[in-house]
Amino acid sequence: MASIDSSLEPILARYGRAPSALLQILRDAQEAFDWISPEVRSAVAHALDIPATQIDCLTQFYAHLYDEPCGRYRVLFSDNITDRMADAPALMARMLDQFGLEPGEVSSDGLLSIATTSCTGMCDQGPALLVNNRAVTRLTPERIDALCALIRARTPLDAWPSEFFEVNDNIRRADMLLGAACASGEAIRAALARGRDGMFAEMKKSNLRGRGGAGFTTAVKWEACRDAPGEARYVICNADEGEPGTFKDRVLLQSYAGRVFEGMAIAGYVTGAKKGFLYLRGEYSYLRAPLEAKLAEMRRENLLGDAICGDPGFSFDIEIHMGAGAYICGEETALIESLEGKAGKPRIRPPFPATHGYLGQPTVVNNVETLCKATEIAIQGGVFYAGQGTQQSTGTKILSVSGDCERPGLYEYPFGVSIAQVLEDCGAENAFAVQIGGAAGCCLAPHEFDRRIAFEDVPTAGAFMVFGQGRDMFETALNFANFFEHESCGFCTPCRVGTAVIARMMNKIDAGHGARYELNELNRLDVLLRTSSHCGLGQNATMALRDMMQKFAPAFERRLSLKDFEPGFDLDAALAEARALTGRDDAAAHLGADS
Amino acid sequence: MNAPFPPRAKKRLKIATATLGGCFGCHMSLLDMDERFLERAKLVDFDRSPLTDIKHCGPCDIGLIEGAVCNAENVHVLREFRAHCRTLVAVGACAINGGLPAQRNPLDLGGLMRKVYCDRVDETAQIPDDPELPLMLDKVYPIHEIVRIDYLIPGCPPSADALWKFLTDLIEGRTPRLDYAHFRFD
Repeated sequence: MASIDSSLEPILARYGRAPSALLQILRDAQEAFDWISPEVRSAVAHALDIPATQIDCLTQFYAHLYDEPCGRYRVLFSDNITDRMADAPALMARMLDQFGLEPGEVSSDGLLSIATTSCTGMCDQGPALLVNNRAVTRLTPERIDALCALIRARTPLDAWPSEFFEVNDNIRRADMLLGAACASGEAIRAALARGRDGMFAEMKKSNLRGRGGAGFTTAVKWEACRDAPGEARYVICNADEGEPGTFKDRVLLQSYAGRVFEGMAIAGYVTGAKKGFLYLRGEYSYLRAPLEAKLAEMRRENLLGDAICGDPGFSFDIEIHMGAGAYICGEETALIESLEGKAGKPRIRPPFPATHGYLGQPTVVNNVETLCKATEIAIQGGVFYAGQGTQQSTGTKILSVSGDCERPGLYEYPFGVSIAQVLEDCGAENAFAVQIGGAAGCCLAPHEFDRRIAFEDVPTAGAFMVFGQGRDMFETALNFANFFEHESCGFCTPCRVGTAVIARMMNKIDAGHGARYELNELNRLDVLLRTSSHCGLGQNATMALRDMMQKFAPAFERRLSLKDFEPGFDLDAALAEARALTGRDDAAAHLGADS
Repeated sequence: MNAPFPPRAKKRLKIATATLGGCFGCHMSLLDMDERFLERAKLVDFDRSPLTDIKHCGPCDIGLIEGAVCNAENVHVLREFRAHCRTLVAVGACAINGGLPAQRNPLDLGGLMRKVYCDRVDETAQIPDDPELPLMLDKVYPIHEIVRIDYLIPGCPPSADALWKFLTDLIEGRTPRLDYAHFRFD
């Protein structure tokens, strides 16, 4: 107990023993102790003066917090469809084999466990995995073997070859944002020169729409926050980039962090917020140290802190908060809940965060890319900005291209680019299908490749997953179904139960026991989830499934049983235990197939 | 000129009902329709049902199944109903979700049987093995995991009003629809 207290004390002190920092405290505690043991649980509960069940609430909600030991090395293979297409399952099997483990099983010496996790945002350099929250990219059989040797030798992660952790930007097409050099502080100074109202006017003229997927007009959001009554205002940068197939924010935070932070400061300047949070997904933990260094640098340059650039009325600073493996926290109100140290369950809207957000105060929540766009508008003005792209979708959009293409990576285009153009540029002319917007997006077939990326046509937060000839779209639909079952927060019944039933039916079809009945049920569940779920997760969980069932029907039909219906399990085997208990083997002790 | 559709004698519908692993509560609710039940009985004939004591089901329009699938006999009855009923309806919590009988699902069947039949002061204590007795399934299943189901009526049990509304809809050719009041119990 003494050793727990001595290791826990600095963690508690770091967060001022604030219950609202519970998630951060538990993350750090897990780093120190490998898991949240009953002793750690009660020590933290005692220190923060909160019920221990509040801790359970978090350890059970966040995928990367463990309330049972999972080994000193916790290996999680990214399980996005793009990882699977790049042979991740075979690599995982190879690793399991080397240690003689089953997925999720902890080795008897407590050394390691190997399991899967949702997309880790390394689709352009997958297959990838996380080991104790650190991303390892470009897995090959050789790399897996090397990894196994390092784990066997109990080599600390810091002593692993640094190329294992190398994350490349892979910028393939740069435009307004990725291509423009921008001196540190240039955007903030430009905004200051325009003044608060002037900067806001430029935002309005730009007609910038949010890049997180929903496409809400940024200026309207900022205005609502600015004008809402409140004791304090907040700017939150949503860097919980969890949508499978999306990784543009990772690159922006890795190589354009100054732009992101300046965008946040400008949002603070316009709305009157003095405090900003960067909510960084746990999978991107490796970015934290460089981001903290960047913040320190900006403070030294007087681009953050008090009296920014000498303006006595402009104070703003930024704090980084880490997520812990929950896709739902990309939903803005779930993110705010998580930021407040709770399980990330979406709030009821309205009221919207712009008026009642973090701690009930007016809060702007913007995507990483959106905030970068604000810096462009500060420098170049709203009219120039609005001249790019299409009428309802101004400016450029960064696409995260992955899957079956020659050149995966980031492609920045003015809005309005056709799917075919992107496919040509990334080297995927013969694509069989494209999944746009991630697992919660739509699936397009070749006859739709002349459609365009824009809010008017195909809206997207940026994911662009390419499927080549010979791919089986049922596999993708199944991967997504399992993903949504795992990521549903459990708050509302249509989504909690619906995603589970869908996953069960898809797995039943996969096992060859599905019939037309299951396809009909899936269509029915699509309507149910779409129309009655509480938040966007449930409402969009079946969008890809619906598209795939419609456009790639044979992939589903060829798996169907010849019967009208059959159970998803062997009925006769379900009697085996009773036969053994009674010693019976007569005809009535068996169940044949239904005739 | 002849009428385009010559009048046809109105067909009397045939209904069958059964209880699998259940408490007969749903059937009690059926009787709870009181005099409305008699009114309904003028329009329909009952085939296999605890109410008629007919042992096997012939061709039917509507089959109502109460209870969960607990043993081999339940499977046979359910299959017989599916084979003979145009429309098969899961009635009540046990049929739909497994209900109370499914409370044994987290428990090991062998441990359960030994506890019930062997842990007692009884010279002949043993797990019954008479071939007359249906064998227990490893788990209790909702009926839709064994056969295709067309409709379900929620409730434990569904109220007489809910059953009345649902059956009236089915008989009159409307897609059955229960309003909130029909399955709200607080």
